[in-house]
Amino acid sequence: MSFPVIKGASYSLFHTPEMTVHQGSNQTTERYTNPNSEHFKNLQKSLRSFDEFVKYPPNQVYIGNVKPDMLKCHKRPWYEHPLEAASTDGPFGAIYTEEELIALVKIVDVFDLVVLEEDFQAGAKVKLKNKQELQIIDKLLSKLDTKGEKFAELERMVNEEHAEGMYYSGRLVGCVKKAHAFDAVLTAHVMFENLVSKATAVVNLLQMFTKTKLRPEEVDYIIETSEEACGDMNQRGGGNIAKSIGEVCGCVNATGSDTRSFCAAPVHGLVQAAALVQSGIYKNVIVIAGGSTAKLGMNSKSHIEKNMPALEDCLGAFAIHVSENDGINPIIRTDVVGRHTIGAGSAPQAVITAIVTDPLDRADIKLEDIDKFAPELQNPEITVPAGAGDVTLSNLKMIAALGVKRGDFLKEDIERIVNEKGMPGYAPTQGHIPSGVPYIGFARQEILNKKFNKVMIIGKGSLFLGRLTNLFDGVSFVMQDNTGTEEKASVSKEEVRSMVAETLKRLAESL
Amino acid sequence: MLEGKKVVILGDRDGVPGQAAEEMIKTIAGAEVVYSTTECFV
Repeated sequence: MSFPVIKGASYSLFHTPEMTVHQGSNQTTERYTNPNSEHFKNLQKSLRSFDEFVKYPPNQVYIGNVKPDMLKCHKRPWYEHPLEAASTDGPFGAIYTEEELIALVKIVDVFDLVVLEEDFQAGAKVKLKNKQELQIIDKLLSKLDTKGEKFAELERMVNEEHAEGMYYSGRLVGCVKKAHAFDAVLTAHVMFENLVSKATAVVNLLQMFTKTKLRPEEVDYIIETSEEACGDMNQRGGGNIAKSIGEVCGCVNATGSDTRSFCAAPVHGLVQAAALVQSGIYKNVIVIAGGSTAKLGMNSKSHIEKNMPALEDCLGAFAIHVSENDGINPIIRTDVVGRHTIGAGSAPQAVITAIVTDPLDRADIKLEDIDKFAPELQNPEITVPAGAGDVTLSNLKMIAALGVKRGDFLKEDIERIVNEKGMPGYAPTQGHIPSGVPYIGFARQEILNKKFNKVMIIGKGSLFLGRLTNLFDGVSFVMQDNTGTEEKASVSKEEVRSMVAETLKRLAESL
Repeated sequence: MLEGKKVVILGDRDGVPGQAAEEMIKTIAGAEVVYSTTECFV
């Protein structure tokens, strides 16, 4: 059976300054513990305009207008050196305003929980009606045809009924109502988080249908890999966000399910997608995730202290199309899958060994043979000022150092390896979003252009945050050039040894 | 340096995790880990 291929990838970003102020968990906690905190005044002053957001170099990389390696030589800080030739549209996806996003939240709501102010709703509809990706689904915008609500009624719902307010340019323009009178997991806030995650995933999947040849009805299976949980008090994480996304996007022939493993879930999802396609169960599988409002402004106090803009004013979304081997697109080497096993240990060296060198060793691939490693791609301009270091660089250094220890590289080669085989991080700190997957679009292009032969995608997850285990998680796979011939999983050394031993045993018995 | 001391460990998910630091402290006679955690900033 031949390896599956990666046939398409789409990536979108959403500018969300008001959601950062009102719904980011750092801010909601601050509001609860210290309602008069100076942080809110400072945060307002540190928010970026939409124009600044679009021209921010890492954001242009995310939607595919500029390659990640460009950032190596782009003057820092990036937020002070915008890309003037920036666009809201890119080869992989698009950048949306907060106004557009709020209207999209209304569009994906099937339980009439979202209410928008009447003038805002009418204005947002005008702005969305010419968007090509929203024309794919018949009558998608009809949700905005209903009459909006008066501002006073919105204010009442927020103040008296605990509805979650949605704001645009400092003004209350909508709200999400609670979905149950008492249920703690159907509160307005939880519904808001889930609906935003759904809306961002939906419009990004529609971007994929716009920018690739895949049609909604051709999708067989959807694997949703965000960090949200949807359910009620009797089944808190019951799911299935995947099918709710597919329903809006017209994927009438698809089913789906949700996969969770904190930030590592997208790569787990891709390995599962590859297995489903390679086994012949499904032909076209989408691995997808929308954005996380809780993570907005997570490190904003540190950014403000350093007189920087609050760079975590951004939601991200991605979708990857895994399909049967067409002899053209890069294959997923399902025989080179890295996994951080339960017994592997949590030390950085143990983690990298389990998810990088062990799978390569099993397939007799040398570290030098990998053209690019795409580990955690968090934007360092966000993480370094917060004291979390340059996460991408740390991972690349660890891979290179392990290579030196094993004798793959010389010590003096570390800098070269990190530079040649890595890239600066450029994804927003949205947990699951930066975890290796943002590079898949570029990796596919470079492999199709025969610039690269092999790229390793690496995801890592902090399972200990759920307080059920102290374990870490990590998973990886290799994308490789498609030779056009049917490639089969290689036979491992152990299997060869076993076959030789079996043959010798039979020979001995016959003698 | 840590002999006879009580140790609080704040590990980093992308640096040295708390558990790894704990293992190291256990090799020091007389050092006692009273609190260990690993944080995630991304």
